[in-house]
Amino acid sequence: MKVIDLVEEFDLKVFSGKNGLDREVGQGYVSDLLSDVLGNAQEDSVWITLQTHQNIVAVASLKDLAAIVLVNGLEPDNDSVEHSNREGIPILGTKLGTFEMAGMLYGSIKK
Amino acid sequence: MNLEYTFKVEGGNFSKAGVASSDVKKVLKKLNVGPKTIRRIVVSLYEAEINIIAHAYRGEILVKISENKVETTLKDSGPGIEDINKAMEEGYSTASPEVREMGFGAGMGLSNMNKNTDKLEITSEVGVGTTVKLMNWI
Repeated sequence: MKVIDLVEEFDLKVFSGKNGLDREVGQGYVSDLLSDVLGNAQEDSVWITLQTHQNIVAVASLKDLAAIVLVNGLEPDNDSVEHSNREGIPILGTKLGTFEMAGMLYGSIKK
Repeated sequence: MNLEYTFKVEGGNFSKAGVASSDVKKVLKKLNVGPKTIRRIVVSLYEAEINIIAHAYRGEILVKISENKVETTLKDSGPGIEDINKAMEEGYSTASPEVREMGFGAGMGLSNMNKNTDKLEITSEVGVGTTVKLMNWI
């Protein structure tokens, strides 16, 4: 399963990082604590978070994550968008809350 | 092979966080270091960098890459750490509310550094600053 498949299946908004939409997704992780993600997220994960500042892109890049999904209709900060385009790590968005989004992604990725 | 890189870190400036770790990652990739080893090295470096930004006034990072290891020294001017053992405890943090709002300061940084390095050394003097040495075999 690729990032683009998730975008299409769940009608996610693509804010940035279009270069990375063909990336394979293997796992998911949910957290708003950056050190938790640095410590515990698996590579190739989709990361669901409420954080919108540009350090999320640095964390995703260092951990080789596949994409970031912002929930509750949140939008990324401008420098997050720039950083995401540079790194080719997509920032996606949904109006859904964390619980619903995580449940749907889990169902799809673990299929 | 002996490569050396230095980076300056500004306390409080989160917008520049991750420059050192991102550069080091690119270099290690070119040297064909395994992805798991690279992740360990850059995660510990990023955590150490974030600590300078979150707690100190300014700092300097020196990264030395040789044939079989990466050694990084992060030296800051800052408040220092009163009780290093306490600071190493998972969940213990002295980060400000602003830093916590960004999702940092959960008290996991030092334990992440510990888990992701082959050798970690921290020395600190209260009122002067802290020096962190990270070492990983590659």
